[in-house]
Amino acid sequence: MNTLLTAANSGESIGSATMLVSNYVFPNDIHVHWSMMIVLYPYITGLVDGAFIIAALYYLFDVKSLKPVARFSLLFALAFLCCATLPLLLHLGRPERNFNMLLTPSPSSAMAGFGYIYAVSMGVLTFIVLFVYRPVLVELRSTAKGWLQVLYRVITFDSIDLSQGARQLDAKIIRFLVGIGIPIAAILHGYVGFIFGGVKANPTWSTPLMPVIFLFSACVSGISAIILAYIVIRKFRGKSISHSAIATMTKTLTLFFILAFCFEMLEVFSHTYLKSGYHHMVEGLLNGPLASSFWLWQVKICSMIPLILLGVMGLFKLREGIYNLLAAVVSAILLLQVLIMRWNVVIGGQLMSKSARGYTAFHPEWFDKEGIIAVIIVMAIPFAILWGLGKIFPFWAQESE
Amino acid sequence: MKTDQEKRAFLKKVLDGTIAGSLYLVMPMAGLAMGNNTKDHASRKAPLEKLPEQVPGIRGKTYDILDQEFAFVVDITRCIGCGSCCVADKREYNVPDDNYRTWVERYVKGFSDQVYVDAPNGGLDGYQTPRLDIDELIRDTFFVPKLCNMCKEAPCVQVCPVGATFTTPDGFVLVDHERCVGCAYCIQACPYSVRYIHPTTKTVDKCTWCYHRVRKGLLPACVDVCPTGARKFGSLRDESSEVYQILKGPGVLTVLKKEMGTWPALYYKGARREVV
Repeated sequence: MNTLLTAANSGESIGSATMLVSNYVFPNDIHVHWSMMIVLYPYITGLVDGAFIIAALYYLFDVKSLKPVARFSLLFALAFLCCATLPLLLHLGRPERNFNMLLTPSPSSAMAGFGYIYAVSMGVLTFIVLFVYRPVLVELRSTAKGWLQVLYRVITFDSIDLSQGARQLDAKIIRFLVGIGIPIAAILHGYVGFIFGGVKANPTWSTPLMPVIFLFSACVSGISAIILAYIVIRKFRGKSISHSAIATMTKTLTLFFILAFCFEMLEVFSHTYLKSGYHHMVEGLLNGPLASSFWLWQVKICSMIPLILLGVMGLFKLREGIYNLLAAVVSAILLLQVLIMRWNVVIGGQLMSKSARGYTAFHPEWFDKEGIIAVIIVMAIPFAILWGLGKIFPFWAQESE
Repeated sequence: MKTDQEKRAFLKKVLDGTIAGSLYLVMPMAGLAMGNNTKDHASRKAPLEKLPEQVPGIRGKTYDILDQEFAFVVDITRCIGCGSCCVADKREYNVPDDNYRTWVERYVKGFSDQVYVDAPNGGLDGYQTPRLDIDELIRDTFFVPKLCNMCKEAPCVQVCPVGATFTTPDGFVLVDHERCVGCAYCIQACPYSVRYIHPTTKTVDKCTWCYHRVRKGLLPACVDVCPTGARKFGSLRDESSEVYQILKGPGVLTVLKKEMGTWPALYYKGARREVV
């Protein structure tokens, strides 16, 4: 049982650490307690954050080129935020007690804050969407009957005033809500990083850089998702693609990805250079059980290739079609990069036993409440919600385009 | 006459230790509300109050929970790796297989300074055969029992989102199974990996230093059965207790992962630097 996967067997891969690693895993460490649902949780909140950034750039910072995708970004963020708690509920041993976190939270626990931060995020985002789409909702209200009319009265704040003054007031409210939405979004995802960064018992997690890394990679995944979804949906529907929107998003993506990648590497190099405490264990982890998923997939394939492509897109003048195609490819790779990064942090971090002497292994199940099928379903639900939202709220600023 | 007294003293010692300990292994244990055999255990449960007092100063008076302090000392130089403590613990709590409230590790150190550690089945079966996979001259070998460190600054208590894991005023870190949501954050936070998710209740479980026994003036089950006195438990309010004498004395004691700042109430005597 205790002779599990280890780098100790291949002494050359962990160098001088061989002397210290003897492949002993604490008996209770053999099982990986936080599995794929806890990988999805930061991934989903990250998508929300990144999508919200795009909307904020338009609604708060007046980046006009993002107008075509601003409303879609909000809906995308809302659809995923609706499902942010789903992986957590599937993970809990006693999900029926989840409201205890809200009703009787322990003030010393970082995790106890999630419900409140999530509720505030959800509230602010919902209000932003309702104010942005108020003209559409007012129009729907006029034709609705029965309980639907009651619903529309509620979500239009019982106002059918679409005068210039009313719209200007709406715009001010939206700016205000987006303004407070940015720090809330940053807290939502920085906090998710802190959940891991605050675990001192795990040397791969316990770093103040963790919230920063999570935040930047969140922006990367969310912006990538908007670029990819925008291009795919518009292509699929045979509609035009705004090149200026793609270019602005790609430049923003480049900035956030450089920051995210630098911090991800900084953490690794700091461990490597300082050689303190658990260095030999972290080194053995990255060169052993995570050699493929970290160095090959996360760094070489899913980070270096996008960096090169983004460099080409930034430095050379490309034809619009090529540029958009590359933007879609880069976005798809970066979506995978962030997912792999979450995997390497969440599951990879647990492969290292607290005995500091060995590594355990993780084998995902297919039919488990935290299994592969469940992961696919959880990731499909936001898209179903998005499709439903699209039936009420038009995605694009000018559908006639 | 003197010989008779010595014999009696010897027998008393043996009965207090090995035989009593062995009996403990075959006698039905008081089961806690865990697992499938709860009813069976409850029906066979021997009243703890009727057993001879082992922790003086608790019975016969009001338990002042605010004025208690306990310590656990593991003397590594005495542990023989028999696994009695693990058996007693498993029977006391119906601990599910592959999960461990306590375990015993075997350390083997070679002349190359390589340290080989293992704990097959948590040491439950005792270490009856030597390791055959070590291809070097052995310098030293010893056993290290592990259990909850009852940290004074417990990370598990800090991170529990619902307060299901808490520290009692008398210093025990316990889990309220009625409140635990099974998020496993405490499992991540515990530097000593003494926690697990109980497969039946889906809530967290861990060593309690047998709080239910201590409150009735009895030693933790693992301490009670240890044939060599490697596990010691007692009140620090009782100056005659062995743990008080050890902590007061000049001997070197260590705690595990001191750098974590958890301030354990579990002390190790004779722990080598290799022990993590």
